[in-house]
Amino acid sequence: MTNYELVSGLETHIELATKTKIFCSCSTEFGGEPNTHCCPVCIGLPGTLPKLNRRVVEYAILAGLATNCEISPVSKMDRKNYVYPDLPKAYQISQYDMPLCKNGWIELSNGRKIRITRIHIEEDAGKLVHQRGNTFVDYNRGGVPLIEIVSEPDIRSIDEAREYLEKLQTIMRFIGISDCRMQEGSMRCDVNISVRPAGSEALGTRTEIKNMNSFAHMTKAMDYELNRQIDLLESGEKIVQETRRYNEETECTEGMRGKEDANDYRYFREPDLVTIRVSAEEVAALKAELPELPGARMKRYTGELGLPEADAQQLARSRRIAEFFEAAADGVKNPKAAANCIIGQMFSRLSTEAEKEAFDVAITPEQLRELVMLLDAGKIRMNLVKSTLEKMLDTGKSAKEFISESDMAGLDEDALKAACEQAIAANPNAAADYLGGKEKALKAILGGVMKATRGRADAVKAEQLLIQLIKK
Amino acid sequence: MKEYGKIKKLSGLLSSRQMSCEELTRMYLDAMESENETLNAYVSYTADLALETARRVDAKAAKGEALLPLEGIPMTLKDNISTKGMETTCCSKILKGYVPIYDATVWQILQKQNAVLLGKTNMDEFAMGSSSETSCFGGALNPHDISRVAGGSSGGVASAVGGNLAVYGLGSDTGGSIRQPASFCGLVGLKPTYGAVSRYGLIAYASSFDQIGPIASSVEDAALVYDAISVYDEKDSTSRGKTEPASAALQNDIRGMKIGVAKEYFEGIRGDVNDALQQVIRVYESLGAEIVRFGMPSLKYSLPVYYILACAEASSNLGRYDGIRYGFQAEHYSDPNDMVCRTRSEGFGDEVKRRILLGTYVLSAGYYDAYYKKAQNLRGEIVNAFQGAFEQCDVMLAPTVPMTAFPRNFTAKDPVETYQTDICTVPVNIAGLPAVSVPCGFDEAGLPIGMQLIGARFCEAKILNAAYQYEAATRETTFRAAETGVRL
Repeated sequence: MTNYELVSGLETHIELATKTKIFCSCSTEFGGEPNTHCCPVCIGLPGTLPKLNRRVVEYAILAGLATNCEISPVSKMDRKNYVYPDLPKAYQISQYDMPLCKNGWIELSNGRKIRITRIHIEEDAGKLVHQRGNTFVDYNRGGVPLIEIVSEPDIRSIDEAREYLEKLQTIMRFIGISDCRMQEGSMRCDVNISVRPAGSEALGTRTEIKNMNSFAHMTKAMDYELNRQIDLLESGEKIVQETRRYNEETECTEGMRGKEDANDYRYFREPDLVTIRVSAEEVAALKAELPELPGARMKRYTGELGLPEADAQQLARSRRIAEFFEAAADGVKNPKAAANCIIGQMFSRLSTEAEKEAFDVAITPEQLRELVMLLDAGKIRMNLVKSTLEKMLDTGKSAKEFISESDMAGLDEDALKAACEQAIAANPNAAADYLGGKEKALKAILGGVMKATRGRADAVKAEQLLIQLIKK
Repeated sequence: MKEYGKIKKLSGLLSSRQMSCEELTRMYLDAMESENETLNAYVSYTADLALETARRVDAKAAKGEALLPLEGIPMTLKDNISTKGMETTCCSKILKGYVPIYDATVWQILQKQNAVLLGKTNMDEFAMGSSSETSCFGGALNPHDISRVAGGSSGGVASAVGGNLAVYGLGSDTGGSIRQPASFCGLVGLKPTYGAVSRYGLIAYASSFDQIGPIASSVEDAALVYDAISVYDEKDSTSRGKTEPASAALQNDIRGMKIGVAKEYFEGIRGDVNDALQQVIRVYESLGAEIVRFGMPSLKYSLPVYYILACAEASSNLGRYDGIRYGFQAEHYSDPNDMVCRTRSEGFGDEVKRRILLGTYVLSAGYYDAYYKKAQNLRGEIVNAFQGAFEQCDVMLAPTVPMTAFPRNFTAKDPVETYQTDICTVPVNIAGLPAVSVPCGFDEAGLPIGMQLIGARFCEAKILNAAYQYEAATRETTFRAAETGVRL
């Protein structure tokens, strides 16, 4: 059997988080009673005209800059004509041959660059709702701004496809232009897929799987389609270029019959909108507005701050977490301690991935920083850090509310001696074992000291003292 | 200088309270009652609104408040201009019963001036036609001769204004739809620069050509209405609004003005129309203008360029009429797809279907380059040709239509021959330029002949100035009111 290689490119639709729609001032908020976020413009009443929301252009430029694209100084809108009840004008206003951004790339963890052909802006359609044996149309989503990010067929494995899409999601969330929720449809993607014998340069016949609405479905659909195509080639059959759909129940892809492929969208320039011009100054201003991206931050965390790669990745997964971490670790000697607090205790309180990324916690990064600073200064020890952090997270109060002066002052010699003597007295067997050569027995006595002093004792000093006392 | 404007005269009567607005409005409503059955100019009446507005104007006049230029003047709107709460049909079966929930910007502007809307007027279905006969209400007739059509597509406005059933009206001009009926009915019709008047609320035929403008019985009236409606509108991205008021420039001396005459405009026009235009040239020479003659070879592409591009845009603009949300819906159907098909088959007339098919064809993969793209390129050439022309002259003079008003049912016989009668009007729509049609004589049958003055972009003041000066010099012989409607 020949070795086959997967060749894939993704078309990703992302809803932009502008407050208002792309061509009118209706709200873009998800949900709402059907047809309540609508006006004459977005339901396409006769005589209405679109008016381009400049924020949409800005958001798309941010997306372009974050994915290393060139920004077109001149672009335009076009009409894509097709008939469907959720499209009230019978055309979608999109960009055809002059997209706003082009020629970008995203780098994967294996060092491969996935090229981005183009990013263009367009309007979303409404939604059909099937209920009580009838079909209704909800136009709330109609006119919500979208960007479509088209990659080159540079993806060579299902893992790469997944990572590419995750990276896109992280970046777009990071720059704050979309919440990219696949379940809610604010991020969806079409997968173009073909196979070829490994080592071949020629492209095989491709199929397109439409509307993937979760990472799991995408990987399953790609896996199925990859094997389907290989089986066809192995049995000497030809692959038909077509649009396919993923059936969630059968976990198979199936051809979408008929019209989709025959569609001729009759693109032409949208005469109701003027040419979009973007000045170099505007691009520069947006570039300045762009936050440091996850890739760059990860490099800084592993380099400058000396964090392990896995930690850096966790911290750079959302802008909220990264900024929290950076504020908490600002000027501290031990950034790893701040990272541990976030990745360990703080993450464990947030159950879902979405909650982790939103990172809605009770304390401020300054409060965490204060705690880490106490550790830095040797005033408290790690176990006290942990218990204090729990209390802080429960109450939102600062570390000093839970740590007394005496805690921070440590124990004086007499008190430490008294605690050690008591611990030995309380556990004579362990003292005897230690003298008998069992070094580990000392740990039990030391535990008693720490418990009695509520962690304030300096473990190293306590251990030395215990040995002295026992040997006496 | 003698004044021919009706608007200023009526406004004076209203503000001096020599006549009440209600009285004036009733005169028009009565005339409509008796004459509209013959002319078929109006397709709906808005008498209650008219009288309510009239009483508001009277109350204002009674308090001695100054009236705005168009305040209290009875007028009409073509039935493709959206009016909130009032049926707006484009004279198509497919929009019967459609009541807009918002106002077109021009109607918003006019309401602020307390314009007295008498009713909405007849037109070719979706403004596609040259006789108003493609209207689902039947054609509007010519007040000069009711065996003739009023022209189209804004035939209803011209029939109403020509027949004294309105002082002025707003039409729309995509390929001549204001100027041609104005010419047929002996009126002044202004197609403003693309972008001078907001298109918001104008039900689109061909978006990159459509422009709203006035039809009136004098140059001064047309200028006053233009000044009122040419305002930048943020709802229309292609809108800019006027650069200077046109009515202030009417009296300017035109000595030394360069009037360009391109020979292509005069090829194939009827002898008597050509004679009338030659006479116009002599009048302008006598007024001290200088005639500059040149050729514009690219004008020969105007008709195909216009019909390809306008139909392409129309095929897209009219895709939304599917019977799902508003207007007509087929009664019998088997499934949703069948409902849409039947609604469109039954709801659109033949001319509209012809243009949708033509437009769909020229945009189709495989034909796009040969038709749409080529036409776009030629559009650019025509724009450049006009730019070159206006380096040599201030305004251009041309016939409006190669003939006078068609007999009824003429256009149905041969669509292509009818398209060819748009030869003189479509070039300015292609180039987005302003042009005004002005009466310049009569043919042997007593039907009005029209000429048009064409300007560079946003040079409405200049063409209206030239038109006004011509009108002042010739009004006694070239203007003749139709013998119907309100006598003032």
